[in-house]
Amino acid sequence: MKVVVCVKQVPDTETRVKIAPEGNAIVETDVNWIVSPFDEFAIEEALRIREARGGEVVLVAAGPDRVQTALRSGLAMGADSGVHVKDPLVDAGDTLATARALAGALKTLVPFDIVLTGQQGVGGDHGQMPGLLAELLDLPQVTVAVRIEIQDGKAVVEREIEGGRETWETSLPAVISTQKGLNEPRYASLKGIMAAKRKTIQTVDAAALGIDAAALAPRLKVVAMELPPARAAVKMISGDAETQSKELLRLLHDEAKVI
Amino acid sequence: MAVILTFAEERGGKVRRPALEVVSEARRLADALGGSVASVVVGSGVGALATELGSYGADRVHVFDDPALAAYATEAYARIVSQVVTETRPAAVLLPFTAVGKDLAPRVAARIGAGLASDCVALSVREGRLEARRPMYAGKAYATVRWEGEPQMATLRANVFPLGAPEPGRPVEVVAGSADSSARARVTATRATTAGKIELTEAQVIVSGGRGLKGPEHFHLVQELGEAFGAAVGASRAVVDAGWVDHQMQVGQTGKTVSPTLYIACGISGAIQHLAGMSSSKIIVAINKDADAPIFKVADYGIVGDAFEVLPKLTEAARAYFAGKG
Repeated sequence: MKVVVCVKQVPDTETRVKIAPEGNAIVETDVNWIVSPFDEFAIEEALRIREARGGEVVLVAAGPDRVQTALRSGLAMGADSGVHVKDPLVDAGDTLATARALAGALKTLVPFDIVLTGQQGVGGDHGQMPGLLAELLDLPQVTVAVRIEIQDGKAVVEREIEGGRETWETSLPAVISTQKGLNEPRYASLKGIMAAKRKTIQTVDAAALGIDAAALAPRLKVVAMELPPARAAVKMISGDAETQSKELLRLLHDEAKVI
Repeated sequence: MAVILTFAEERGGKVRRPALEVVSEARRLADALGGSVASVVVGSGVGALATELGSYGADRVHVFDDPALAAYATEAYARIVSQVVTETRPAAVLLPFTAVGKDLAPRVAARIGAGLASDCVALSVREGRLEARRPMYAGKAYATVRWEGEPQMATLRANVFPLGAPEPGRPVEVVAGSADSSARARVTATRATTAGKIELTEAQVIVSGGRGLKGPEHFHLVQELGEAFGAAVGASRAVVDAGWVDHQMQVGQTGKTVSPTLYIACGISGAIQHLAGMSSSKIIVAINKDADAPIFKVADYGIVGDAFEVLPKLTEAARAYFAGKG
């Protein structure tokens, strides 16, 4: 089977966000970039499918040069090759622009059996890519998967919903988005890291994928970005555990008015 | 006249609360714009829901009532919402940021070529257009966004937009529609994993536990405190990764981002990725034995103490408080 994994590079979750002087983006210097944790579940699942059924795993990512590092991380885990969509017009676009660029790259990889990607990036937090890609590629989708079982020509997927799980059946090819709980991503071995250096990453721009500038013009624009409002200073409650407990309930009722 | 279209998610014969919050917000926006509110409801036996949607502010309800549409199916539902958008050309399309809304909205956005802002926590009208505020990096930053063109599409976080006061008997126009119900991906079974429990992202009160509990065998102290408060129970990444509790309970950047009225953190030191997921809660209580723990920087009320002593006492006091109140 051929499994394509769309990967996003995001700031490490330990990053302390700072707002850039332009006021509509974060400061990118000093940021430690990682593969979005939800995409690691997708890479791991793709590798397991290849191990069980044979085939290949291709990674696709969009972004500036630094994105090559994310692709190499995935190749070091064991993926076979990568495609890097590198185009400032895509980077300046919105989620739909990114989806159009990624869908363009995916079309060059046809025929494939499954597209996997994280249920959201840990950054923009839009969580749109799986659905956008599925529609643009005219494929069925199952999102927020915590279990994926491949059968003949179809996949049986467990998806997380509020307070429960649904089992879905989808024909293949399909887009499936991955959630924590699906698997435990492997660490890259030293051998894997060495091997990754020799694997191919193909770089393409939007024009090469037949996507014109108008299709990439953002329909959603960030006009301002700010840090969350500072919270009021903490009020410490003293005394023994019983006194503290009663005083807390009194404050929650009388002062905060939340109970 | 500007129309704001909402997707009225239904489950078990009722419009889900987050979808009613969306209708309430659509009403406020439509009033500010001098426009009207329309809703789409899809399912089997959903015709009667139009009255309820009307009472919360919908002027028109597009009803797609068909046994073949009983279970949510992405492709069929996306086709329906897109069809209503194409026919009625709304200025904005709003959906709840729920499991269904998150799955459906991007599919519709790609189909109609609209800009989509996810997980919005505030919407306003500026010069006849919408402006939205939404968290990024799980709430480490907030972005203000605007749209080019129409419709302006957004999903709204549950529990943030106030529910309007329903007006029983408010007139509502019902438009019956029919649609192709085919889909290549379908639900074949559903099971509850938190039967009877409250969903974290929709809870008013959350009690969360962390490594200060020392082991999974002590996590019941958090569960019991949660029960006393009628709260949903959450956990830090550390204890989820250690396998104490299911990942569905994780609050934080790689778990759930929550904004309850009251968040009680027990034995959680406050790693940056946890704080990101809960620091927009209205009131935060921290119980931790380390007075220098970062969790106290975001807390409104702090108790420095041993969770093993404080939690049972607080549970007892809360039971007495709520018993007296009830």
